[in-house]
Amino acid sequence: MQNAFGMHALSIKNLSKKYKSGVEALKSVSFDVQQGDFFALLGPNGAGKTTAIGIITSLVNKSSGSIEVFGHDMDKELAEAKSCIGVVPQEVNLNLFDFNFNILVNQAGFYGIPRSEGKKRAEQYLKKMQLWEKRKTDARSLSGGMKRRLMVARALVNRPKLLLLDEPTAGVDIETRRMMWDFLRDLNNKGTTIILTTHYLEEAEQLCNKVAIIDEGKIIENDSMQNVLKKLKTEVFILNTEKPLDEAPNIKGYLASLRSPQEIEITVSQEQGVNDAFSSLQESGVKVLSMRNKNSRLEELFLDLTKGQLGDDS
Amino acid sequence: MRTQFIGMISLVRKETSRVLRIWVQTLIPPGITMSLYFIIFGTLIGKRIGEMEGYPYMEYIAPGLVMMSVITNSYGNVVGSFFNAKIQGHIEELLVSPLSEVFIVIGYLAGGIIRGLAVGTVVTFIALFFTQINIKYPLMTFFVVIMTAGVFSLAGLINAIFAKKFDDIAVIPSFVLAPLTYLGGVFYTVSLLPEFWQTISRLNPILYMINSMRYSVIGISDVSIQNALMMIVFFFIILFLIAVILLRKGIGIRQ
Repeated sequence: MQNAFGMHALSIKNLSKKYKSGVEALKSVSFDVQQGDFFALLGPNGAGKTTAIGIITSLVNKSSGSIEVFGHDMDKELAEAKSCIGVVPQEVNLNLFDFNFNILVNQAGFYGIPRSEGKKRAEQYLKKMQLWEKRKTDARSLSGGMKRRLMVARALVNRPKLLLLDEPTAGVDIETRRMMWDFLRDLNNKGTTIILTTHYLEEAEQLCNKVAIIDEGKIIENDSMQNVLKKLKTEVFILNTEKPLDEAPNIKGYLASLRSPQEIEITVSQEQGVNDAFSSLQESGVKVLSMRNKNSRLEELFLDLTKGQLGDDS
Repeated sequence: MRTQFIGMISLVRKETSRVLRIWVQTLIPPGITMSLYFIIFGTLIGKRIGEMEGYPYMEYIAPGLVMMSVITNSYGNVVGSFFNAKIQGHIEELLVSPLSEVFIVIGYLAGGIIRGLAVGTVVTFIALFFTQINIKYPLMTFFVVIMTAGVFSLAGLINAIFAKKFDDIAVIPSFVLAPLTYLGGVFYTVSLLPEFWQTISRLNPILYMINSMRYSVIGISDVSIQNALMMIVFFFIILFLIAVILLRKGIGIRQ
């Protein structure tokens, strides 16, 4: 499907899913992902993110609605649509007893890529994911972070135009996460459309240019990251002071509290800015050494929109 | 179609390499079990039995024992491989790929047949230490072994599709497959049984497979060979279609 900006990588119309248990995971969800987007699909646990990814990758049967992947209707051109997709699932789903190299070569084969080419790609992506040294070991001997990287490599062997990442950095160390971020940014810059679900909202804020927030099976926000963040009414900052304080200083016009003797927490509305707060603190003789956001900005908005709900994954 | 073919070959290669990688589990145990059958039923007890249908007892039971190992191993290969893929989740590697359900079934089927053939060959070589085997109709033997291995590979696949826990893949081999195989005329001719039990035995599909094998090897059968061959082909087609439909509907593998 074409639009004014080019082809939709993914177009979802009125997608619904009701499980046999009676749970309605998706309620007539519609959204489009533009070719080249780095798209965040966010929502609290049980909101329907994984169900949506499951339906797009045909691991979950939909109840109604339609999906097009690069113009291929999944009801009519399933194989063509699947050929465009690579997926990194939330749960580790590797053959733990097979060699890592074979896992990638076999996956390439399932996408119709000849073995000789599959071997080249396996080498390329294992090297990119810093797993080449582990090619002859089986997947069960890998650490949690390595297994995630192997799943990313596996998702890339068919060189997908649309990459779906369901919590790809869950449980990995900071170094690996940063490495994955750089890699994914580079991949997106080279033209791969990426859809990311994550619980690390900082990750979405850092990487994605578009965001949709799903809650209780419905899309409650769908816009560019820039526009979504503009909707943030207040932000909470933590100020580190030079000297310990006995009580929170009175900062005129701001809500302030003491988190610890050397940490002040202040809530700042969008119109206020922080200059007046610093002036007021200076007048009180409080010297501020540094300042940081309490939560990421997206996290603030997310909690506001979803009312901070928690639930089970579905 | 080329994409599908390459995908299927990849799956066949994966399944075959699994059989060879774990050869201690896949090829050695049936060899040991069947050696014991040949020693106990053939050499020790067989001498006292003498002849069965005009053939030395060892020669009479050899085709049935080969077929018994083909049946249990082709079934066990696919039920184990597919169920493990389900439990570990890597069945999703196939489900997200463009490989169609027909070729997924063919891939697993081929894996089961290859294991059946490999084990059948091992057991045949072992049998040669105990008796002579002059295959009367080699092409028919090959056809019967391949098709029977295929039927039980498909049955194993269907079992694994429905299975939700390890018990579910152990129940059918223990409570259905083993009794039907032992009562399928591996060790005796059904003509020895009273009329009532002969009729009951004829309801056992494995009887037709064992007798097809025996006919193709030594030229005798308790049942009409035409009926037996048609029954094998019938089961093969029906089970193949059922497996494809189940996968297409996502029974047991898609929510």
